[in-house]
Amino acid sequence: MNAILDAKGVTVSFDGFKVLDNLDFAIGYEEMRFLIGPNGAGKSTLLDIITGKTRPDAGKITFDGHINVARVSEHQLVRCGIGRKFQTPSVFSSLTVFENLEAAIGFKSSVLRLTQGMSPAGIERVEETLEIINLKDQRNVQAGILSHGQKQWLEIGMLLVQDPKLLLLDEPVAGMTRRERDHTGELLHRIARGRSILVVEHDMVFVRQFASTVTVLHMGQLLCEGPVEAVQSDAQVVEVYLGRTQKAA
Amino acid sequence: MNPLRPYRSSWLLDWLPFLVCGLILLVLLPQSLSMFQLNLLGRFLTYAIVALGLDLIWGYTGMLSLGQGLFFGLGAYCFGMYLNLEAAGKNLPEFMGLYGVTELPWLWQPFHSPVLAILLAVGFPMLVAALVGYMVFRSRVQGVYFSIITQALTAIVALLLIGQQQLINGTNGITEMRTIFGYKLSDPATKMGLYVTTALVLGAVFLLCRYLIRSRFGRLLVAVRDDENRVRFVGYNPVVIKVCVFALSAGIAGLAGALFVPQVGIIAPKQIDIVASIEIVIWVAVGGRGTLVGAVLGALLVNTGKSVISSARPDIWQFIMGGLFVGVVVLFPKGIVGAILDLFQRIRLSWPNTRPAESAPLEVETTSLAGGKPR
Repeated sequence: MNAILDAKGVTVSFDGFKVLDNLDFAIGYEEMRFLIGPNGAGKSTLLDIITGKTRPDAGKITFDGHINVARVSEHQLVRCGIGRKFQTPSVFSSLTVFENLEAAIGFKSSVLRLTQGMSPAGIERVEETLEIINLKDQRNVQAGILSHGQKQWLEIGMLLVQDPKLLLLDEPVAGMTRRERDHTGELLHRIARGRSILVVEHDMVFVRQFASTVTVLHMGQLLCEGPVEAVQSDAQVVEVYLGRTQKAA
Repeated sequence: MNPLRPYRSSWLLDWLPFLVCGLILLVLLPQSLSMFQLNLLGRFLTYAIVALGLDLIWGYTGMLSLGQGLFFGLGAYCFGMYLNLEAAGKNLPEFMGLYGVTELPWLWQPFHSPVLAILLAVGFPMLVAALVGYMVFRSRVQGVYFSIITQALTAIVALLLIGQQQLINGTNGITEMRTIFGYKLSDPATKMGLYVTTALVLGAVFLLCRYLIRSRFGRLLVAVRDDENRVRFVGYNPVVIKVCVFALSAGIAGLAGALFVPQVGIIAPKQIDIVASIEIVIWVAVGGRGTLVGAVLGALLVNTGKSVISSARPDIWQFIMGGLFVGVVVLFPKGIVGAILDLFQRIRLSWPNTRPAESAPLEVETTSLAGGKPR
């Protein structure tokens, strides 16, 4: 077994409705995986489970070979190396871009340490990240007045400074312009080195452009998994997405 | 959005106002005010210290604590018990005789020592806040529920103190105080000493708070205010941050209480009830929460107003304070200092060259999956 994340038989139900239904799902080390599926397929719930926000009713999720995700609190999971970008960009709006990154980088420090300045290595890392996410000129701008796309990048940057082993990105290009989208795609490949990434995305153009392996969720179950071309021509996937029956297609 | 980024100011802007205020408080005012007025000002300065503590937890972290009056009172009681014991000398405190108490209760034992009394005045409120805070924050109680719990706690303790007549003289409070560290409290030199000490402590607490809010810890406090959930998913335990700041604000309030009691000579449950805690909130709201200067200014202005107006017309002060609170909340939600800073900001923004970078215009285009043509 060589998976950074291994979910076995995961079931989550809200009021009797099974959002995830006995799902088996795994991501390998240094793999970039795209997760697609219609609304209500359980994509965000899967991320909630992986980050400890929701606890599964049944099943087990193992991270990095030995960590039982259900037993670890949310912030500890982040410290273990699971970083998440939320669907709506959530940055600290009254802090500046630089301060947001600075807040993110101190996540393993004690409170006492936090009353002191950053280490030179930390400052260097923040500078590097500012460059990567293309927000060097906005460093002293309050995050609240950034454009939607810039907020998304800042949030990715906040994950990057923490150097997570597994990066979960919930719709990173939603509401972005084409140019911003392309930039984000390149960014993803650039930061994919040395870590695993799971991207939840609705935008098929983006998926086709940047994905290699795609997993399709439907009704809380794994519908199909494989290279993007194969998934796209899969009859079941077409049916689920376009509401057409096989015959009509 | 918070346009105030005061900590990017220069060394001069940082220290010059502080030193000027220090000079006014320590040199100018002692020479120009009467001892009575100075004593009153000393009391207000202790209020300003409490206000700083509340500002940390409310203005910066976004948690409205209605228990600061309680922590202030706990500190005041701790130090008051020491003063009471010192006044009693080898005997029991006077009031105990009235209730037939013949032996000093164990609760009073630590307060023979002035050092221990000061430590407890700060440490005991911190401990209470840390315990209550831990339980409240761990169960993710937030917002108005936190306020209600702290208010209930205040009410409970005030009632508890009233009920304990034999132990701490109930409603009457602790009143017998004659000397502090051997110096007579009625002596002008002692009064001056207390005033100067209070002013120095206020300065020190101000600097501590300023250091904290400019540090990464301070930015995390603001982050908790902005989006606590995000703080959790950035990898911090918000419980730890919130317990720390709650305990710190309680310790600051306790310290203020300890400075308050020798200057006033009495501490009674009436002074630490619910109303007292709400008054602290009003000071900070009027002065400007989220700015340290605002907290101090609010405490000094409101209390000066209270003392001036209620000595002329005792009956109308409550109405004025209520009106002040409503007025400030409606007209200047950021308080006096916030309004002034907003004005500066607007003047600066109307200056074309210094306009900050605008966000890029956004052309939203989303290609939904259903709309995208398969190859």
